Amino acid sequence: MARTELRFAGFGGQGILLAGYIVGKAASIYDKKHATFTQSYGPESRGGACAAGVVVSETPVHYPHPVKPAVLVVMSQEACVKFEPGMPDNGVMLIDEDLVTPQRMNKTVKVYAIHSTRMAEELGRKIVANIVMLGFFAGVTKIVSHDSMKTAILEAVPAATKDLNENAFEQGYEYGLKAQPLP
Amino acid sequence: METESGVLTGEHFLSGNEAFGEGALAAGCRFFAGYPITPSTEVAEHMAERLPQVGGIFIQMEDELASMNALLGAAWAGQKAMTATSGPGFSLMMENLGLGVVTETPCVIVNVQRGGPSTGLPTLVGQADMMQAKWGSHGPYEIIALSPSSPQECFDFTVKAFNLAEQYRTPVLVMGDEVVGHMTERVVIPPADKIERTPRRTPRVPPEKYLPYEPDPDGVPQMALAGQGYKMHITGLTHDRRGYPVISEEAQADMIGRLVEKIRKNREKITEYEEESCEDADVIVCSYGISARTSQLAIENARAEGIKVGVFRLIVVWPFPESKIDELAGKTKGFVVPEINCGQISLEVERCAHGKAKTILVPHAGGGTHNPDNILEAIRRAAA
Repeated sequence: MARTELRFAGFGGQGILLAGYIVGKAASIYDKKHATFTQSYGPESRGGACAAGVVVSETPVHYPHPVKPAVLVVMSQEACVKFEPGMPDNGVMLIDEDLVTPQRMNKTVKVYAIHSTRMAEELGRKIVANIVMLGFFAGVTKIVSHDSMKTAILEAVPAATKDLNENAFEQGYEYGLKAQPLP
Repeated sequence: METESGVLTGEHFLSGNEAFGEGALAAGCRFFAGYPITPSTEVAEHMAERLPQVGGIFIQMEDELASMNALLGAAWAGQKAMTATSGPGFSLMMENLGLGVVTETPCVIVNVQRGGPSTGLPTLVGQADMMQAKWGSHGPYEIIALSPSSPQECFDFTVKAFNLAEQYRTPVLVMGDEVVGHMTERVVIPPADKIERTPRRTPRVPPEKYLPYEPDPDGVPQMALAGQGYKMHITGLTHDRRGYPVISEEAQADMIGRLVEKIRKNREKITEYEEESCEDADVIVCSYGISARTSQLAIENARAEGIKVGVFRLIVVWPFPESKIDELAGKTKGFVVPEINCGQISLEVERCAHGKAKTILVPHAGGGTHNPDNILEAIRRAAA
């Protein structure tokens, strides 16, 4: 696999940075690829717009930041407005459809939608919306394997919430396996 | 797997700033004094969490002047000690860095460089403290500084820095930058028994025969620690080999001569770099830290255009690999030096090339990394 650039974006507090960290760890430690995780840094990571970048590659990653990410995961309209215009042709965009309405100006970009926040609420805690989204991401893109992602998630979350997070991940993953791009 | 040695053996997904801390612990550091400052704060946070787990001490001091002094005190009490800072904090440490140099106190200072001068760009990258690392404290002296390009190197080079500090009895600087400090990658930490740790060079003579600044053959004196029963006078004033202040031209010549020569005479042993395809290169890109990574795309593109590009990456920046640059200058048309400042290491490259090859600086004022196109354009000019 050549260099693949990913971006996760949303509001501070949604667990966007944690999501990026988990994907990077799953890819590098458990899938044995090279991965570099970078994050927006400063007041925006504590509220406001917030973004994480992950570069995954079979060979060492030189330039650490995503330049034109092929995969964009967005969980806020503000982030969508900011990053959707930079999508490359044939890119893949994953959205929480209750929170984001994409502009769809580039018709070659495939958009996959999930109610991640609503599903998290139904599981009992809205806070695991990012984990639902990670499951969805793994199911749709296959960039990170199911088992590696699950391991990385369970290592990153508090012990008492492991079942909740595992359910969140599996639900998102199942949904992702069946998902079709929006027409 | 955690061991009593404090070594977090295994594969981890760590930020550069966390890796600085783990490198220090692996090297045997058990004392950290600092004042949190962006973008180095995570080093202090990590040490605050980790040091108590291994029986070490973390102190948040009132400022960076005191932090640097606490480091020196801890070293004289026998500890391996580290601090981490950035920009304005590094400036504040300069006075007592000089005290560390003149009292020949082993310690490690991590500088996660941000945009400057002054408060500058707290959250954004810079590489403009490289000459400050060399000359930041007043007076004539030599220093050792390293520059990591990845979290793995933040770990490895911090271990190296502690060992160099002990071997040459000097403060050693690890010149990171905001991008490397904040990026997270795989860091492989070896088993504790595979990590080289240079011990303190304590006296091999009884107290009555001990001269605190009488050097060993390599120019480095033995260091008695508080509580070992040796009498010491530790001063920032120029001192003789007994450690007593002597305000004279002769004492200065003797002391400075030794301080400078212990680094210069061992230059070939201390310097370290990575070279790739330099032997028959039209152009050599010489860089360090994050700029060594951002250069790679430009290098690949230039090679695709048929330009033979060599890569020379500094690992130890100070002392500078003078003879190596001189040798390469005889074989290449030019050096391209991308750095996030307005010309610092490029000046050293130019000086050491002795006019045999041109040196082209690719400057950047700070706040971001180079556009690879600017580096590519400089490579083309150098090859022309």
